[in-house]
Amino acid sequence: MVSGLINENPTVYERKERRVRTDSTNTDEFSVEPIDQLEIFDHIRDIRDPEHPYSLEQLKVLTEDSVEVDDGKSYVRVTFTPTVEHCSMATIIGLSVRVKLMRSLPPRYKIDIRVAPGSHATEAALNKQLNDKERVAAALENPNLVEMVDECLSPSFDDA
Amino acid sequence: MGSLNNLTEHLETYVDVSRSPTHHAESLKAIAASLEKGVLSLNQLVVEMDMYLTTTDDVVRARGILLLAEILNHLKSKPLDNAVVHSLIAFFTSKLVIWRSLRGALTGCLALIKRKGVAGVVTATDAEAVAKSMAQNVQVQSFALHDRKLCFELWECLVEQYPEAMINLGNLIVFATCEAIDGEKDPPCLMVAFHVVELLARLFPSPSGPVASEASDLFEFISCYFPLHYTHTKGDEASIPREDLSRGLSLAISSTPFFEPYAIPLLLEKLSSSLPVAKVDSLKCLKDCAVKYGVNRMKKHYEGLWSALKDALYSSPGRDLSFGLEFLTSPGFEMDEIHREAADLLQRLVKQDISFLGLVVDDIRVNMVFDTISRYSRYEEMPDTSKLEVLVVSQILSVSARASVDSCNIIFQTFFFRLMNTLGIVEETSTGDLVHKENSTVSTRLYHGGLHLCIELLTASKDLIPSSKESSSTPGSAQQSWSSIVNRFSVSLIGAFTSALQSSNDDCSADAYLGVKGLLAMGMFRGGSSPISRSEFEKILTTLTSIITAKSAKTVKWELALKALVCTGSFIDQYHESEKALSYMGIVVENLVSLVRSSQCSLPYPLILEATSEVCSTRPKYVEKMVEGFEEAFCSSFSDFYVNGNFKSIENCSHLLECVTNKLLPRVTEIDGLEKSLVHFAISMWNQIESSVVFSYDFNGREFVEAAMKTMGQIVGVALVDSQNSIIQKAYNVISSSTLPAMESIPLTFAALEGLQRDLSTRDELTLSLFASVIIGASPKASIPDVKPLIKLLMVSLLKGYIPAAQALGSMVNKLGTGSGGTCSLEEACDIIFYESFASGNDISSDDSSKSKCGSETLLSKICLGFYGSLDLQTRAITGLAWIGKGLLMRGDGRVNEIALVLMECLKSTSGSGNALHPSAMKHAADAFLILMSDSGECLNRKFHAVIRPLYKQRFFSITVPILESLIVNSQTPLSRTMLHVALAHIVSNVPVTVILDNTKKLLPVILEGLSVLSVDAVDKETLFSLLLVLSGTLTDIKGKQSVSDNAHRIIECLVKLTSYPHLMVVRETAIQCLATLLELPHGRIYPFRREVLQAVTKALDDPKRRVREEAIKCRQAW
Repeated sequence: MVSGLINENPTVYERKERRVRTDSTNTDEFSVEPIDQLEIFDHIRDIRDPEHPYSLEQLKVLTEDSVEVDDGKSYVRVTFTPTVEHCSMATIIGLSVRVKLMRSLPPRYKIDIRVAPGSHATEAALNKQLNDKERVAAALENPNLVEMVDECLSPSFDDA
Repeated sequence: MGSLNNLTEHLETYVDVSRSPTHHAESLKAIAASLEKGVLSLNQLVVEMDMYLTTTDDVVRARGILLLAEILNHLKSKPLDNAVVHSLIAFFTSKLVIWRSLRGALTGCLALIKRKGVAGVVTATDAEAVAKSMAQNVQVQSFALHDRKLCFELWECLVEQYPEAMINLGNLIVFATCEAIDGEKDPPCLMVAFHVVELLARLFPSPSGPVASEASDLFEFISCYFPLHYTHTKGDEASIPREDLSRGLSLAISSTPFFEPYAIPLLLEKLSSSLPVAKVDSLKCLKDCAVKYGVNRMKKHYEGLWSALKDALYSSPGRDLSFGLEFLTSPGFEMDEIHREAADLLQRLVKQDISFLGLVVDDIRVNMVFDTISRYSRYEEMPDTSKLEVLVVSQILSVSARASVDSCNIIFQTFFFRLMNTLGIVEETSTGDLVHKENSTVSTRLYHGGLHLCIELLTASKDLIPSSKESSSTPGSAQQSWSSIVNRFSVSLIGAFTSALQSSNDDCSADAYLGVKGLLAMGMFRGGSSPISRSEFEKILTTLTSIITAKSAKTVKWELALKALVCTGSFIDQYHESEKALSYMGIVVENLVSLVRSSQCSLPYPLILEATSEVCSTRPKYVEKMVEGFEEAFCSSFSDFYVNGNFKSIENCSHLLECVTNKLLPRVTEIDGLEKSLVHFAISMWNQIESSVVFSYDFNGREFVEAAMKTMGQIVGVALVDSQNSIIQKAYNVISSSTLPAMESIPLTFAALEGLQRDLSTRDELTLSLFASVIIGASPKASIPDVKPLIKLLMVSLLKGYIPAAQALGSMVNKLGTGSGGTCSLEEACDIIFYESFASGNDISSDDSSKSKCGSETLLSKICLGFYGSLDLQTRAITGLAWIGKGLLMRGDGRVNEIALVLMECLKSTSGSGNALHPSAMKHAADAFLILMSDSGECLNRKFHAVIRPLYKQRFFSITVPILESLIVNSQTPLSRTMLHVALAHIVSNVPVTVILDNTKKLLPVILEGLSVLSVDAVDKETLFSLLLVLSGTLTDIKGKQSVSDNAHRIIECLVKLTSYPHLMVVRETAIQCLATLLELPHGRIYPFRREVLQAVTKALDDPKRRVREEAIKCRQAW
């Protein structure tokens, strides 16, 4: 493994103000609230970066616009942007996002995780790796990897 | 001797460094206590401690000295011999030299020097010796934090308590202080250090004193802290907040005028920094300095100060005039802290020295503003820079004008003419003179900026009018020159504002806002010396009132005008302006009230009512007037309705009653005499009904009847007992003269009753409902005439389906017998209710219903059980019974048990005699338990003086629940089972949680069964939810833990089912939350259900509602 941090001094951005849902007045018992972009983003925005104590949102690895969702077709695609091109943590980030969404979305969903075009040196390989069912399953059998992913997903103290 | 042994032990403990701090504290306490009690004398102690105080072991000696010092600290209020104190202080002073024992020496000195008022204080010579030794031997900055703090405290004490001794020391002490402060970084120490500087400055006020000569050095040491900035913001919570420390520093800097040559330039420099904190601090500090340094010293800095102030005022960004309703009485824009402080400082400077105003008056930027104003007529058209210009200048001027009467005069003399000129009120003639054009409002130019500036000046000057007391003592005519200026222009100004107001159209709020605000400012001049004459004041009021009455819809303008009127009204009330109050009454109040009365105007009736109630609530007198008006209005509209059939009037009546209920009734306790007028109102309502013998037009005025009932009930509720009596009497008279009493003589066969179905006229219905609400609201002490026939009457109407009648009966049985001189006891009343009322009917009907003689059951209960009459009759009787039962239950009467039994009988699938009950009757019976247990807003609550026995719910719970449980076990049909569960759920969910928790073991299975039974039908969703809440309550409590754990499998099974309950979102949400809480149970107990739960929760991830999904995610994560 490489010693030291891959990106030693990442730029930290402001966290966006949490939008409060204004439709709480919606009293209709049987109206359906579809799963939308913001809801998915709310699931993944607080995932922690594997090497810094910041959330993926703060590092602009994820933005609300990076989520595409189609509730009717049960399809979601998350495009994330690693902070540096050769970031070897990109796989862990992608895996974390995938695991988080797997845990948060109904099983009917197909989850597609991608690296933003041109943002990573081994983009194609990475995309393939992240969306290969068997490789993901295998990765989640690996106790070391699972521990790292869980570390990223554990709620950070200032979110409480 | 025993105590001495103990002493040695304690001493050993304290001196032993390896023992824990708690041990140390304990032994210290023990020794101090024995000294306090006198068991041990100080001499004895010192002798005993001899070894510890003189040993060569540094550590032990230091501990020993510290112990002695701490003991002295505990004995602050114990009288000591002067000689003892003297020798002790000498001892500690000598120890100051040795750094190892410094802590003890400092503590000891401090403890001794702090002694005051008790026998044995340190003499001045000793104190001087301490100070000298301190100054010469103690290197403050080389110690740890705690010791440094002790040093500073010791300095503080010395300077504070022995000023003479310190003066003797002269330069030495100032040097020592400088040296001590140099390099200090901890807030607690600095706090004390700043105070020491302040004290020193007070100690040496002479210009040849040591502070004056050392001012430069001393200032250098403290000024380096300015502006304060904490590097470690978090973690140290015991530390001193920044504000306090900054205040301390500011006091130190401003403590002596000798600092002036150094301080002001520094502060001005910091003011120009970009750090907001530095700006605020500098402004605050400058304010302190201006006060302390005096005019003469400040004078040479005026130029610098003025330009710095201007910068500060102009630089605070993002301000904009907002034309909101809430800014009508405030400056109209947001100010940040810098801005506020700058304005404060400006005001302080002008107040202190009028010559500062010269800078303001001559300033080019200030003078330029008039050009800016006349360049743009509309505020929205101005570019941001000009907006800022106008706002800031108007603020500068208003703040300076507010400073003193003199400054106000100068400002008005300098600027007001020019302003008037800009606005076109004053014209410049060819000769250069300014001529006031009296009648030319046409040429008035409505520049928004000008209007704003004008308003700001007027508001500022308004605050300068002394209250009536002061003005009589200083009747200076010269000082009021601004007032005469305002007086000269008042007519034109009012004209200008009025035309601004009137020219405004609805989409532009700026015109309306400025107009109204200007009028308001003009109207709020106080007292007899007001520059506004009475006729002008009246003109203002007329203008505002006409805005309100002329508009036909609620617009911004309308709201502004109303707010202005309300402000004026409360202003008049606040300052007891009797003359203006008369005008206000004549113009505003009477106008509006007459509008209410006539109800013939373009404004919608609810708006008139709103305006009237808002305006009138500013003063009790107006309220009285208003209630009178309301009364008349009610009478006239009501009679208009029943004579002419005008449906509009009856609608107005409902609005009026709503207004009374919502606006006036909540304020009864605040306003004297309101109760009386409201009672009068109620009585005249009855009068109206009395005189309206027949409604010539039928109406389905449910709305009106409800509003009337509500008002009537609440008036009775708030009224005093005497007034209640008079209302009741009146109501009774109306009732007894109406056609209603005939009903009691109706042959009460059940056949006849059913024949009566549609006999009640609308008027009778109204009368009856109102009467019921009177009874509901009456207090137990009020006397109700002729109770017996009334009960009969109410019984009949109850059986005809009038729920208010049932509620009234409930209230009656609830309150009967506690009052004095009741004509009927509770026993009798119950007899009538349960047996007698149908005695006559029973005789007649006994031929065809031979079953009626069975058992001891009462007549009413038989109706409930469906022996007689139709289904309708049965359900009504059940509901009625519930209300009566509630009345009895709340007062704790035993008869409620019988009622409960009857109701439960209804829930059985087959009643005692074998005929099956109709499902709807069962439903009503089950809901009856809700009536019995829940708190009602309509009747039988504290507001309506119900007799409430404590713990009545618990009692009912313990009686009924066992019976219901056994009935559930024995129930034969699914329907009856469901209904029994509904009834049980009503009881369980309305009883306090603690009761449930005490009985968890017994209740849990039943609750779970109830949940699964109730989840079948969507009708019971509310009941289901409240029952689920009860369950969740038991899950989280420790008391219920054991039984929850025992029943875990059943609970989980039940909750899993509820996670997909389709009818109510909150049920699903709560069920999932409950599942999450179940995780607190022992792992082994719940692990077997993991798969089941996860499956259910995963399904919930796809719930249509977002909140459910969120809970599901949390829960899934947790499992």
